[in-house]
Amino acid sequence: METERPIPQPITPESKPYWDGMKEGKLMLPKCQDCGKVHFYPRVFCPHCHSKNLTWVQGSGKGKLYSFEILYRPFNRAVKVPPPYVLAMIELEEGPRMLSNLVNVEPDPKVIQCDMLVEIVFSKLTDDMTIPLFQPAR
Amino acid sequence: MAERNALRELSNAVCIVGVDESDEIGTLPHKSQLALHLEAITNAVRDAGLKISDVDGIFTAGQHSPALLGEALGITPRYVDGTSVGGCSFMILVEHAVAALHHHLCNVAVVSHGESGRSGVGVTRSRDTSLSGQYEIPYGFGAAPTYFGLITTRHMHEYGTTLEQWAQVAVSTRAWAALNPKAMYRDPLTIADVLNARPICYPFTILNICLVTDAGGAVVLTRADRAQDCAKRPVYVRGTGEGTEHVSVTQMKGLPLSEATRISGQRAFAMADVTHSDFDHIMLYDAFTSGPPIMLESLGFAKPGEGVLFFENGKSTPGGSLPINTNGGGLSYTHSGMYGVFPIIEATRQQRGECGARQVPNAKLSLVNGMGGMLSAAGTLVLSHEK
Repeated sequence: METERPIPQPITPESKPYWDGMKEGKLMLPKCQDCGKVHFYPRVFCPHCHSKNLTWVQGSGKGKLYSFEILYRPFNRAVKVPPPYVLAMIELEEGPRMLSNLVNVEPDPKVIQCDMLVEIVFSKLTDDMTIPLFQPAR
Repeated sequence: MAERNALRELSNAVCIVGVDESDEIGTLPHKSQLALHLEAITNAVRDAGLKISDVDGIFTAGQHSPALLGEALGITPRYVDGTSVGGCSFMILVEHAVAALHHHLCNVAVVSHGESGRSGVGVTRSRDTSLSGQYEIPYGFGAAPTYFGLITTRHMHEYGTTLEQWAQVAVSTRAWAALNPKAMYRDPLTIADVLNARPICYPFTILNICLVTDAGGAVVLTRADRAQDCAKRPVYVRGTGEGTEHVSVTQMKGLPLSEATRISGQRAFAMADVTHSDFDHIMLYDAFTSGPPIMLESLGFAKPGEGVLFFENGKSTPGGSLPINTNGGGLSYTHSGMYGVFPIIEATRQQRGECGARQVPNAKLSLVNGMGGMLSAAGTLVLSHEK
């Protein structure tokens, strides 16, 4: 089946709870039970204190737009989202940063500002795969 | 103190004695990647007045293993290093060669590069994509501009840098390229040209982004005592540094500045026992116009947000007091993919006084600083024709 975007792959064992959460519309994040910090991307130990005592917590889905770009010319033809669209670095309320797209916004550098508040939008690619996109906070 | 003394022992222990590009650089669909690489090595060894059979240390990054190069050259190296952390690997490999030569693990080292980056002759790709495949590619990330632009936009937000200021870096670098017969693009450029060029990925137009070419380059090093017998004036490696911080830009702690660059520069300066004001020539890896200013800031040459002033006020353009990227850079001279060997070649030529119209008068101390990935890795060299 042709999807609008490449399906995230290969799903690594340490990331599976994150992707399972996505399918249920939940942003699951790895949290260290020793130092209390949340990290992303998921790892086999905490990158802050190197403890393996990790658990999963549900993130709020809120954060800010740490930085952005506007893509006018797609580099990867497998992404069929019509340009221009916004490449985004999101800083989650819980601390870590992740890459995504900012959607439901005019792709114009006069409109988009670093540090603007954003919220998650769960975007279903297939029955088995949902990915996180972000939009300006309502 | 012990660390400082140990570092100082390496300073001036080794010289660059040979440098050159492949027979040609540019768009070369008739030449394989391996051919480019071997041409660069043989040319640089000839430049040193040495023979291929003198080479016993091979240092390379990218798709060719040092073992393959040894085989292709018909030699049996007794020291090999294939550290590959992006385009600055070649600066880092110079540091590794200095240590290996100093300890007599080899006697003549070649740091080399060959890449059919534009034409892709003899190239296949194979790498671990588990992180980018899950967390980056589905959103349209992948090519270098899609990551470096994030660093650049955040810099504009934090320090008020403007598109015009980034454009000035391209204009300055093109002015240097006009003086280099080997540069791919030599016609003058204006700020308006850069701003009005084809938009690729805000904040970049095509003229904010480096070339993609086919090219090879190599650097030959030996211990200072032996260097005196080589064909050209030796250029001393006075200081070296390296570091890596991250791969994904999301993991960059000091964004938009580079921690890898900061620690790399710190060691190179300590080893060389120099400070910022001692330099009269600088080579900075310019995959994007925002790269050199951010490196100047990360290395401590400028306060955060003020690196662009070096280009804006003419200090680093032709005729200025601190020339930067005198070969025309990755923006206008050549950029095969892993550009790092070429700034070393240019700094060596400047220290030898071989640069003709673009020669920096009385150049005595060159800084070479490269990045790997998205300011993820760094390598720094301090080079001089004087001890």
